[in-house]
Amino acid sequence: MRYMPHTANERKEMLAKIGVGSVDDLFTDIPEEARLDGLLDLPLHQSEMAVEKNFRTLAAKNLSPGDVPSFLGAGAYQHHIPSVADHLIQRSEFLTSYTPYQPEISQGTLQALFEFQTQVALITGMEVANASMYDGATSCAEAVLMACRVTRRKKALLSGNLHPHYRDVTSTTLQYTEFETATLPARATDVEDFTSLIGPDIACVVVQNPDFFGRLQDFSALAEKCHEAGALLVVVVNEVISLGAVKSPGEMGADIVAGEGQSIGVPLSFGGPHVGLLATRQKFVRQMPGRLCGQTVDQNGKRGFVLTLSTREQHIRREKATSNICTNAGLCSLAFTIHMSLLGETGFTELAALNHSKAATLADRLEKIDGVEILNDSFFNEFTVKLPTEAATVVEKLAARRILGGVPVSRLIPEQPELANLLLVAATETCTETDMNAFAAALREVL
Amino acid sequence: MLNNVGRPTQPMETDDNMVTVETFTGNHGLALETPLIFEQGVPGRVGVDMEEPAPVKSRLGNLARKGEIGLPDLSEPQVLRHFVRLSRQNYAIDAGFYPLGSCTMKHNPRINEKVARFSGLGDLHPLQPASTVQGALELIDSLAHWLKTITGMPAVAMSPAAGAHGELCGVMAIRAAHEAKGETRLRILVPESAHGTNPATAALCGYKVDAVPARKDGRMDLEAFAAKLGPDVAGVMLTNPNTCGLFETEVKQIADMIHEVGGYFYCDGANLNAILGRVRPGDLGVDAMHINLHKTFSTPHGGGGPGAGPVVLSEALAPFAPLPYVVQGEAGFELLETRHGLAKDSFGRMKGFHGQMGMFIRALAYMQSHGADGLRQIAEDAVLNANYVRVGLNDMLNSPFDGICMHEALFDDSTLKGTGVTTLDIAKAMIDEGYHPMTMYFPLVVHGAMLIEPTESESRETLDQFIGAMRHLLERAKSGDVAYFQGAPHFAPRRRLDETGAARNPVLRYSPSTEEEKGTAAS
Repeated sequence: MRYMPHTANERKEMLAKIGVGSVDDLFTDIPEEARLDGLLDLPLHQSEMAVEKNFRTLAAKNLSPGDVPSFLGAGAYQHHIPSVADHLIQRSEFLTSYTPYQPEISQGTLQALFEFQTQVALITGMEVANASMYDGATSCAEAVLMACRVTRRKKALLSGNLHPHYRDVTSTTLQYTEFETATLPARATDVEDFTSLIGPDIACVVVQNPDFFGRLQDFSALAEKCHEAGALLVVVVNEVISLGAVKSPGEMGADIVAGEGQSIGVPLSFGGPHVGLLATRQKFVRQMPGRLCGQTVDQNGKRGFVLTLSTREQHIRREKATSNICTNAGLCSLAFTIHMSLLGETGFTELAALNHSKAATLADRLEKIDGVEILNDSFFNEFTVKLPTEAATVVEKLAARRILGGVPVSRLIPEQPELANLLLVAATETCTETDMNAFAAALREVL
Repeated sequence: MLNNVGRPTQPMETDDNMVTVETFTGNHGLALETPLIFEQGVPGRVGVDMEEPAPVKSRLGNLARKGEIGLPDLSEPQVLRHFVRLSRQNYAIDAGFYPLGSCTMKHNPRINEKVARFSGLGDLHPLQPASTVQGALELIDSLAHWLKTITGMPAVAMSPAAGAHGELCGVMAIRAAHEAKGETRLRILVPESAHGTNPATAALCGYKVDAVPARKDGRMDLEAFAAKLGPDVAGVMLTNPNTCGLFETEVKQIADMIHEVGGYFYCDGANLNAILGRVRPGDLGVDAMHINLHKTFSTPHGGGGPGAGPVVLSEALAPFAPLPYVVQGEAGFELLETRHGLAKDSFGRMKGFHGQMGMFIRALAYMQSHGADGLRQIAEDAVLNANYVRVGLNDMLNSPFDGICMHEALFDDSTLKGTGVTTLDIAKAMIDEGYHPMTMYFPLVVHGAMLIEPTESESRETLDQFIGAMRHLLERAKSGDVAYFQGAPHFAPRRRLDETGAARNPVLRYSPSTEEEKGTAAS
């Protein structure tokens, strides 16, 4: 077995040094009746060549969005990842290190985390950000828990236009705590419909921008209403590239931003691993969940970085910790930092403009098809299309023509049958003129 | 696991005769510094070329961003160099021995990285129609089969994103199972030696944590455990092998006792590496156990994540597993994404989409490479290596618990008494010897704990040299050379850092004004 260095002879000598006769003598603490004598009922070891072939076979059974016109979004977006980013995250020193608990020999990871935190704070318009959460949905749940701690209130109001997975993960996470959630119906107008509900028992209001249906809203007035009532405003962003073109949550008065950073540097990977973003105001930092990297100096006065404020965390505070999170999305946050560094101010805003231009072009094209209606007054790179028939059926027919033509709303909101004809369509920088033409032509055919 | 619990470092005045040669650049040969990315860059540079956007009428409503974000502009070679320089300030398992107890820092095969990037696997969108992702669903189903077979458990929840997230999954399933029976139970029993995530998780599920002390032999105190049992106990969270590196010999009695009062047995699977193919948790009465794919199945650690923490479940808990489920239907594999049919009693959803697919791919490649024979060999060599280190050091360091250990060797700091040198100092001196330190001050039940987990990846020569280096350091500590230890590390990219100051005055992001004030910006 290529990964284990000992020869049979070495094992024998080592056992002798330990003072036991056989390897079985090392496992005598296991209750005798439970010990396994033979091998598990699984295949035997395989060569690297054989393993590679197994995965080629599996990959060949899938339709890759990179190979066909693809317009999928709904919380995960296809974007180009610069080769430099994927190369760098495979450097041994980043890939095969542990959490940077020994800062003297982890400055690489730590400085990159400090840069990540700064980038996230800048694009969201917030003061501070943590070193990442598992994904956007879990980040949303943690943001709500954090808001409950900050306000010492117990109820969170969730917009019906929040991504359904974010809503479900939040209510699942809170279900056995002393806190609770209430959700508005999908496609309600957030700002107006919330206003009457924000009472003295509300810890926070959670909205999304662009929302699940792709619409953009200014939540400044809602932020004011929240603050007047002593509640916090949590803004979810799951297409992070929108922040290069759209007014930031910070400018709107958000108190916490929970985001999904996958669009910058992280492959779709069938939904994970992605990278959760969590940003807030400096005054709430001690109620934040997750790791934080801070700047300090070493014995020689040189600038260096360490994990800090760990008295919030589970390894110190145990059952009184702000969260149970330990492992986060380290390497994905590094990919994000590298891609964002390559983009810079110029590239990030250009990329956002390009995404918007692609989506606007596609919307114009689809609108010309009989029976197709674009429901959005505003959007960034994704919008909702109303079809004359069930969207799920249309998507299947398009897939048979090797076009991944968006996400039917019914896949994520099956409980509202009146939304069955709605289709979410996204267009990013990866989408070409040919792709759009193919999509429009195929849609005409199947409708 | 964290290894410096409650012991932040602060730089000390030391008289260690280390001469620092100043250079103009601040670099020292191959030790290359790099300023923050925000201190580099010139407006207008760019590291990514893209097409000119076609002119369109803005559909952003009145929400177009005004004003600058503040990101620096750099070219591709500058960014590449910056991160290459940063990478070289990290220790890594690829570069050297990383015996960090409880963390299972083993070899990370590169075939796993390669296949995870295959077109048709790494680039799949989670919401493609099921008909276009049959290979992906088959892969998840196949990994589930391996995990169930290895653990001897009937079901597995694939979506949890990490170990602690898996704990949350398991304990939520326990709570859901009690509630389905109309029972309200308030307490969870957790041994004192447990990882901090265990009590934190129990608290998040609304339980009161009741700590069970350890016995003199390092196992959970069965009498104390029995005394705490009652009809209000929801379950026990037990790590096995435990955090002292010992197998809980009475695990079956523990399972029987908790089941007798109607509670469930949660097993923290952080240390599964030690028992692969030697014993199946399902044969020990376990109801739920998370599996850290990034530990046992080497997916890798990536500087702190991402991980994956699938949870195997007993028949009793399986109906409450979180969404989604991969099931086999008439038209092939399907995803069950709502509370219907088989999933009608699911406790909900824990994560966006379907789980950490990127980690699933790597873990399955790792398992296929090893096979049933290699998996058993992993446990045998991991335990062999830990015991080899134990006997190599136990005349100089005190083992708090006698006898054979599992995959990690645990020592206390009694041998350092009176020397003025602490566990932390030894750890920092290990850095100068070219090692990543062991886990220190954990588990909390052992004074000045040093927890050494060599894993199966290490050769005998590596272990011999490590044992030699440790013996040398311990001799040096006993000889009274305190200053050397307190000044360590001397040869790392940074000397000891002021962690106390960092927490007192948190600087969590770059801002130009802070840098001017402190005068710490790199030249």
